Amino acid sequence: MTQPVSPPLDSSTDKVPPVRPPAWRGLLIRADVRTLSLLGVLAVLIVIGGITKPDEFLDTRNLQLVLTQASVIGVVTVGMTFVIVSGGIDLSVGAIVALASVWATTVATQEYGFAGILFTAVIVGVGCGLVNGVLIAYGAMVPFIATLAMLASARGLSLQITDGRTQIVTVPSVLDLGERDAYVLGIPPLVMVFAVVTVIGWLVLNRTTFGRRTVAVGGNPEAARLAGIDVRRQRLYLYLLSGLCCGIAAFLLIVLAGSGQNTNGNLYELDAIAAAIIGGTLLTGGRGTITGSVLGVLIFTTITNIFALNNLQSDVQQIAKGAIIVAAVLVQRRTASTT
Amino acid sequence: MTEITSRRGLLFGAAAVSAGALLTGCTSNEPSDSKDEPAGNDQPAADDKPGKQVTIGFAGPQADHGWLNAINDNAKSRAEKYSDVTLEITEGSNDTAQQIGQIETLINKKVDVLVVLPADGKALTQVGLKAMRAGIPVVNLDRIFNTPQAYRCWIGGDNYGMGLNAGHYIGEKLKGKSGARVIELAGLDNLELTKQRTQGFDDALKNYPNIKKVARQAAEFTVESGQAKMAQLLQAQSKFDALWNHDDDQGVGALRAIEQAGRDDFLMVGGAGALSAFQAIKQDDGVLKATVLYPPTMAASAIDLARALGQSKGIGGLAEFEIPSSLTLYSAVVDKTNIDQYMSTGFK
Repeated sequence: MTQPVSPPLDSSTDKVPPVRPPAWRGLLIRADVRTLSLLGVLAVLIVIGGITKPDEFLDTRNLQLVLTQASVIGVVTVGMTFVIVSGGIDLSVGAIVALASVWATTVATQEYGFAGILFTAVIVGVGCGLVNGVLIAYGAMVPFIATLAMLASARGLSLQITDGRTQIVTVPSVLDLGERDAYVLGIPPLVMVFAVVTVIGWLVLNRTTFGRRTVAVGGNPEAARLAGIDVRRQRLYLYLLSGLCCGIAAFLLIVLAGSGQNTNGNLYELDAIAAAIIGGTLLTGGRGTITGSVLGVLIFTTITNIFALNNLQSDVQQIAKGAIIVAAVLVQRRTASTT
Repeated sequence: MTEITSRRGLLFGAAAVSAGALLTGCTSNEPSDSKDEPAGNDQPAADDKPGKQVTIGFAGPQADHGWLNAINDNAKSRAEKYSDVTLEITEGSNDTAQQIGQIETLINKKVDVLVVLPADGKALTQVGLKAMRAGIPVVNLDRIFNTPQAYRCWIGGDNYGMGLNAGHYIGEKLKGKSGARVIELAGLDNLELTKQRTQGFDDALKNYPNIKKVARQAAEFTVESGQAKMAQLLQAQSKFDALWNHDDDQGVGALRAIEQAGRDDFLMVGGAGALSAFQAIKQDDGVLKATVLYPPTMAASAIDLARALGQSKGIGGLAEFEIPSSLTLYSAVVDKTNIDQYMSTGFK
C-alpha cells in the first residue's frame, strides 16, 4: 500500500502526536531503493535499445538527442513534482508553455533579441503561476479547477496571439543555442539548463526549509499550519515555481523548435504527471523525489527513442508505452515495499 | 478529431479551379448563334460584371491553424471582389452544436447560397440536408458531408494526390539510382487524410523498383512534433536519399532538426504550401526542394461556385450548363522551376 509515513527510525516522536515524523533519514533510504529500481528499468531499456539497434542507439549523438528531448518536459516535471508533493496538481503547464512561447516569439518581442525572448518567456510563465497560486492559496480554489481554468484561458490566449500561425524565430543568437556548435564538451546547452534545474530542484526539496515545508503541506496541511507554516503562502510560491519552470521550458522549446506555436506543450501536463508518478511521487502529496521524476522523464524519452529507431508505428508505440508505464510502476512498487 | 485536422493541410495552391473563368450563360439552351461549334465554346466567360445580387452565407471552423486562416482570408477577399455578392460570415467554431446553430441562423436569414467548411463533416450532415431542403444550395468545402444529398457541390483538396505527386516527384529525381532509400514523416496517424497521403505515396513509389521506403514516423502537424520526430528519424537512418514530409507546418520543426543534425545529404519534399516553405524552395540553400499543394484558394473558388449557383450560371471552359457536383483540386508540385507562379498563394 501507499502509506506515506516513514517508519520511525529514531524515536523522536515522544510529544506532539504530530503530523509526520521528520524521519528524513528513513525517507532518503527509501528514495534510494526506489531510485535503484528506476535505474534498473532504465538499464533494461538501454539493453533493449543496444540489442535492437546497436549502431544507432549506442552513439554519442543519440545520447545527446535523448537528453535534449528530455530537457523541455524535464524542466516542467521538476516544477510539477513540487506541486504534487505539496498535494496539489498543475494541469496548466502545457498551456503555460504554449502561451509563454508564443508571447516570447511575437514580432515585437523578437525586436529585443535574445534577452527579450528569454525575459518574456520567464515573465509569462511566472505570471501564469502567480494567477494559479493566488486563486488556489487565497481564493481557496481546488488546484484541479484553478489550473484547468488556466489551461483553457492560456490556450485560448495563445491562439488569439498567433491566429493559429507558426511564429518563426529570426533571432540568430537564440537559434544558435540549439546548434551543434554551441555544445560544450559535447553537452548541449539545453541539457545543461535541464541539469542545473534538476540540481537546484533537488537541493531545494531536500536541503532547505522550503522543501521541508512543501513536504509537510502535502502530508497534512492542517498539521503544517499548526506547526507554524504559512500554508497559503507556501502554496502560492509552489505554483509560482511551477510557472517559472514552464517559462524556462518555453524558452528551451523556442530554441529547440525555432518557433512559437499555439500547439506547443501539447499534453505536457499528462507527461509530467506520469513521469512524477513513475518516479514515486504520491498523487496525494507528502512524498516525492526530484531524482525519481527526472528518471521517469528519461525512461519515457528513452522508450520513445527506441521506438523511433526501430521504426515502430504510432499505434504500436502507444500500446507499448502504456504497458511499460504499468510495468515500471509495478516493479517500483515491489522493490519499494520490500524495504 | 478528424475534421480538425484536415485543415492542416496547408497550402495553397494554385488556383486550380477558380479563378477567372466563371462563365455566364448556361441558363438557356438556345444555341447562341448559328455556328456549329460545340455549345461550350460559345459561352461567354464569366467576368466580374455584376449580375443578380447574391447573399452567400459562410460558416467555417475556428481558425486555429495557418491554413484555416488562409481559408477565411481567401473567402472574404474573393467576396469583396464582386459587387453583386454579400457575404454573411459567422464566427468560426470547432464546436459541432455551435456550428449547427450558426448554419441554422444563416438558413433563417434566407441567404441565397451557403458555403460550409464543417469542423466535423459527418456531424454537420443533418444541417446540410436541412439547408438543401429549405431550397438553399450548399457548397461543401473540403471536409465532406456524409451524403451527397446534403450538398449541391463539393470542392476540396486531394490528399491521395498529394502523396502520389510527392512520390512521383521523388521517383523521378532518384531515377537511375539503384538502392535508393526514402523516408516519410507523416501527419497525425489517426486521421483518414494521413492514411490517404501515405497510400498515394506508396502507390507512386511502386513505379520505381529502385526505391525502397525504409522508415515512416507520424508527427502531429505541429512544429514541436515535427522537430522531435525528425530528430529521431535522422538518428535512425544514417543514410537516405529523400524525405517526404506531409505538412509544411510540422516541416518548420523538421527543417530545424535537420539543421541541428547538420545533415544535407538528401532531398526533401513538403506538403501544403506554406510561405516559409516557398521561401526555402526559392532560396534553394537547404534540403527542401519542393512541396505538394493543398490549396486554401479552394475557399475563393467556393465563393465563385456559390455566386454561379446563386446566379444560375455554369463554369466557363466547360460545356455543361451547370456547375459540377464535385471538384477535386490538383495537388501541384511546386519546386524551383515554378515557384514564382505560386509565391503569392503561400500562407503564413
